[in-house]
Amino acid sequence: MLPRRPLLPRLRGVNVRYLIDNLPYVASLFGQHVLMVGVSLAVALAIALPLGVVCARVAQLRNIVLGVLGIIYTIPSLSLFVLLIPFTGLGLRPAVIALVAYAQLVLVRNVVVGLTGIDPAIVEAARGMGMTGAQILRQVELPLALPIMLAGVRVATLSIIAIGTIAAFINAGGLGLLLFDGVRSSNPEKIIAGAIAVSALAIGANGLFWLLERRAAQATHTG
Amino acid sequence: MSSIVAEQLSKTFPGEARPVVDSVSFRIEPGEFVVLLGPSGCGKTTLLKMINRLYEPTSGRLLIDGADARAVPATELRRRIGYVIQQTGLFPHLRIEQNIAVVPQLLGWERRRIEVRIDELLDLVELPRAYRRRYPRQLSGGEQQRVGLARALAADPGLMLMDEPFGALDAITRARLQDELLRIQQRLHKTILFVTHDVDEALRLADRLLIMRAGRMVQFDTPLAVLSHPADDFVRDLLSADDVLRRLSLLRVADALRPPAVNEGYGNGSSALTPTDDLRIALGRVLEAGGESLPVVADGQNVGRVTPASIAAALARGERALPD
Ligand SMILES: Nc1ncnc2c1ncn2[C@@H]1O[C@H](COP(=O)(O)OP(=O)(O)O)[C@@H](O)[C@H]1O
Ligand SMILES: [Mg+2]
Repeated sequence: MLPRRPLLPRLRGVNVRYLIDNLPYVASLFGQHVLMVGVSLAVALAIALPLGVVCARVAQLRNIVLGVLGIIYTIPSLSLFVLLIPFTGLGLRPAVIALVAYAQLVLVRNVVVGLTGIDPAIVEAARGMGMTGAQILRQVELPLALPIMLAGVRVATLSIIAIGTIAAFINAGGLGLLLFDGVRSSNPEKIIAGAIAVSALAIGANGLFWLLERRAAQATHTG
Repeated sequence: MSSIVAEQLSKTFPGEARPVVDSVSFRIEPGEFVVLLGPSGCGKTTLLKMINRLYEPTSGRLLIDGADARAVPATELRRRIGYVIQQTGLFPHLRIEQNIAVVPQLLGWERRRIEVRIDELLDLVELPRAYRRRYPRQLSGGEQQRVGLARALAADPGLMLMDEPFGALDAITRARLQDELLRIQQRLHKTILFVTHDVDEALRLADRLLIMRAGRMVQFDTPLAVLSHPADDFVRDLLSADDVLRRLSLLRVADALRPPAVNEGYGNGSSALTPTDDLRIALGRVLEAGGESLPVVADGQNVGRVTPASIAAALARGERALPD
């Protein structure tokens, strides 16, 4: 017969003792992380949606805006966080500002792609029937662009979740704390706990938005 | 039914040297079926889009039912004009019933009235009412274009603009939809402006042909008049006006009717013609019968006969004896 093994802490070779022993603490950091990501995403969308609509309409503006957002996207996240400190101090505020900035490229680009990818005959028919610009946007263009816009939201969320771990460095809290503390105190169990929690959040968010995307594609009969 | 008057209508796109539509003037009477015919790129679509103000004319004036088209907001004007395009432009995310309901909803119709109207329109374009809940891509190309037609007719506009609506359909479906459109027109008496570059389609549908070349209107007259008296070599070539059989197909037996021969019977059944047969068919029958005259029968009565000479005379006259 097999010898009795200790129930945990090794799960297929990964030491999860810290995670088990400190579940309430990890859960609270998880909550902080979700809050940080959620607020960033909401603010990012509030900016990206109108910006994307304008960029879809005005071709000249499109290249400039996407160019600038592309440059922001390439700034290393740690330096962007630190750069913001003189203006905003430490904490959640600079973290959200930086995450919003990172999310813009993907979000705006997907709004633009979603809107400009619509068959022009559909929009022409809408205009020809006497719909106003606002009616066309709300009733025709945004619903048809929704699946692609949601794909953008999904990708942006994943990158915000990942970059958000670095925000712990500027006292914004979140799951990044486990990673930084783990490194500082040479505690691999802590690092593993943080990594597992971040992965769970990312996988969960990915699945959720993927489902929404699928449903939107079915509803618009484009996918 | 709407009348349309264009006065010196021109359109030059920004940055272009030459006008795409160049000083076009015409008057279209209420209930007329006018076909805009001309080679690709001659400005047909541009002219059509100026009528519902998808394009604003660079100069000139447009009167619809006597009122300047610019007197009302463009969106309001467009809700009173049916618009059908080749690619249908159906909204893929809306059910057939929702597609048809678009303009009535814009006009603020009551729900009940819209529901009734949707069924009426599906009947009119001969689609099963069960299609209400379907989505556009679940329909064939011909069915989608029927929905496009129903959607354009939804709020009962007096004027219909149709831009090559059957251009993407196969020949059989196209012919069937042409028949349907003529049938609907006979019932509803809309004023229709129909763009095509298909000469046979134009001859089949038009009360009058508006022929364009490089932005200019070169002739505006009935198909028969255009075929019999083309304005210039361009029109002659465009319509193959030298094609005698094509001209004959626009004339009726009634146009070549001679009094019945004395003591003539009812003819031998199959070879008898009716007054509404076209002369192309009549000529074929006459030739089959050995070049003799053939009796013409209407409602069981012998009303006259056609002969090779009477057909030739009708062709030379080049006009219809009787309106349809
Ligand atoms: N929006 C536009 N901007 C610039 N040129 C245009 C535009 N629309 C059409 N044209 C040009 O005007 C000419 C006539 O086009 P169109 O009216 O579509 O012709 P048709 O419908 O007879 O084929 C073409 O040479 C076309 O390239
Ligand atoms: Mg065209």
